[in-house]
Amino acid sequence: MSEFFLYLISIMILVFGVLTVTSSKIFRASVYLLFTLINVAALYFYLQYEFLAGVQIVVYVGGIVVLIIFSLFLTHRVGADLPGPSNVRMLFTFLAVLFAFAFCYSLLLGNEFPEVPFAGSSLSIREIGKAMLNYGEGGFVLPFEVVSVLLLAALVGSIAIAFRTKPKNS
Amino acid sequence: MSEMKFILAISFALFFIGAYGFLTRRNMITMLMAVELMLNAVNINFVVFNKYLFAGKLDGLFFAVFIITIAAAEAAVAIAIIINLYRKFKSIDEDDIDTLRW
Repeated sequence: MSEFFLYLISIMILVFGVLTVTSSKIFRASVYLLFTLINVAALYFYLQYEFLAGVQIVVYVGGIVVLIIFSLFLTHRVGADLPGPSNVRMLFTFLAVLFAFAFCYSLLLGNEFPEVPFAGSSLSIREIGKAMLNYGEGGFVLPFEVVSVLLLAALVGSIAIAFRTKPKNS
Repeated sequence: MSEMKFILAISFALFFIGAYGFLTRRNMITMLMAVELMLNAVNINFVVFNKYLFAGKLDGLFFAVFIITIAAAEAAVAIAIIINLYRKFKSIDEDDIDTLRW
């Protein structure tokens, strides 16, 4: 039964991913992206990483996709079709991507991973929170602080970039 | 094929779907969407390796969380740049933006 869910989630991820990059209407592409991200969150749930699934839904689905849709409404007439890529470019890109995928897939099949059996219960939120603010062995407080400063700088920077300056009266 | 290899194959496929979109799309917002797909594939990779090879540790989980944070920052900056370019050129097709082209 759980195998069935894995296959279902995987098929949905791939189908909606392909629709995201091939759809000719930009708003539909963003909605397909939304479905892809929700299915990735479902895959995290399947792998019992509930915290990461929650972060995925809150940040990606609630944040980034909404940001993309807003910017899309600011810059496009939504009903219009996007011009498609030229056939030559599409063919060569498809071949390049296909060969790269085949190469990686053959590497994957040829490799043996020393899998350890999953021991114990799934990760608890308490454990994750303690590790996030722990400065000892196995703690992540330094990347946590660095990434928070980076996020602040990026948000201030994006406001500074998008700020409309008054036209100089010449 | 074990479950780990199956999920890794899915994440490779998602990554190359994103690469295909990045190379064929000409519109900046759709290129940004393709980059988000690739970042998600990388996150799946981190989580799978953490779960099946290093079950007791948290490193892969935290890498995935930090990648999500950086993706949010990146999307904010990218959209600010896109809106600024739209004001200047009235288009966000990457072929129309040629100020630096000689």
